[in-house]
Amino acid sequence: MKPPRFHYHDPKTVPEVVGLLKTLPNARMLAGGQSLMPMLNMRLVLPDHLIDLNRVEGLAYIRETGGALEIGAMTRQRELEFSEIVRELCPMMHEAILQVGHRQTRNRGTLGGSLCQLDPSAELVAVAAALDATVAVAGPKGKREIPFSEFPKTYMTPAIEPDELLTGVRFPLWAKNHGHAFVEFARRHGDFAIVSAAALLEEDGGGKIKRASVTLGGVAAAPVRVRELEKAIMGHVASDALFREACEVCRKIEAMQDVHAPSSYRQHLAAVLSRRALEKAHARIGGGRG
Amino acid sequence: MAESRNITVTVNGKRHEQQVQVRLTLADFLRQQLGLTGTHLGCEHGVCGACTVLLDGNSTRSCLMLAVQAHGHEVATVEGLAPGPDALHPLQEAFRDNHGLQCGFCTPGILMTLVEFLRDNPNPTEQEVRVAISGNLCRCTGYQGIVAAALDAAKRLQTGKGPSA
Repeated sequence: MKPPRFHYHDPKTVPEVVGLLKTLPNARMLAGGQSLMPMLNMRLVLPDHLIDLNRVEGLAYIRETGGALEIGAMTRQRELEFSEIVRELCPMMHEAILQVGHRQTRNRGTLGGSLCQLDPSAELVAVAAALDATVAVAGPKGKREIPFSEFPKTYMTPAIEPDELLTGVRFPLWAKNHGHAFVEFARRHGDFAIVSAAALLEEDGGGKIKRASVTLGGVAAAPVRVRELEKAIMGHVASDALFREACEVCRKIEAMQDVHAPSSYRQHLAAVLSRRALEKAHARIGGGRG
Repeated sequence: MAESRNITVTVNGKRHEQQVQVRLTLADFLRQQLGLTGTHLGCEHGVCGACTVLLDGNSTRSCLMLAVQAHGHEVATVEGLAPGPDALHPLQEAFRDNHGLQCGFCTPGILMTLVEFLRDNPNPTEQEVRVAISGNLCRCTGYQGIVAAALDAAKRLQTGKGPSA
């Protein structure tokens, strides 16, 4: 299994990449290569041109600005894993990244690559949906921003044009004392999740839930924000009964089926994992270890 | 005509200037052009971990990288582990003493993975070792010997000497 023939380009700047995308027919961008390289080796993709983004300057950074984390598209998953800023300000992303592939794949794999590959079960895709991220893309007409809720166009296809590239992602931060959890069920550690659940919670002074985010990965083509569940728990004091009852709604989500699991199993996992994520997140509010 | 490029890459401390086809993987470059066949190729799509090498010190699947991408970088392979022809790296000694291998096909990839892991985490728990090698498939050992070897190696590396060193 060897990659097919292609013309190789290694631009140094974003405008150069945009220029190449505009002029080259049947081009693919190579980020960390942890999905595209297997696809090339198996000849599932046959690009005429490969545009390697690994030498493009200014696409790898993690910084806090104005209540958000801004992360460059070519930031390696390894950098997210070992980043003190991520761990401290966005602990849910840290918990999720430890479940992304393996050490060897995180050392190469990138944030932008994972989001553009848009695997329904990818952890970082679910994280972006849970945090209401905004992605920045560059193209011939300049830069534009896309709310993550509009980013998945269809199965494994982002809503960016063929001559655009993702340059960075903005993750709005939650209040310092928020509770978080990212849980998933996979057959083996490091596999793509069959279903994953991300939960974020904030409480008011009286112990009532004042803000909630619950997201399911692996259930449908794109991550599912369970708004009905979020609404059902808002304004209430958290309890096992509240979470258990509210999470039942996840069994009604239209779930996909494939070789790994039928839709009924995914619906079951969705209800169980969303409850576990909420319980864990709640126990961690205010810095509890959960 | 297949497209080619000239690259300069340091492998196990030695600088190589070579012409490579742009579609050549790093793994095939190491094996076929440099003759370093210690790096094994199992699945060639990033699942088995046999081809793991260090790129600038970090473990990487060399079947999922192109040789041209290694231009200007440092690669370390299993050939560079032992300090000399008559000596083994403490990690290799621990594998020998704990039956950490049978057929040996997966061993180079696991060694390179553990070199990085034990550098970052010199005193790991058994569970941490199991997670660290989760990206390396072994069909012989059932992993018990590998985990034991990794924990033993951690001790040897901390005291700075193996039993025979």
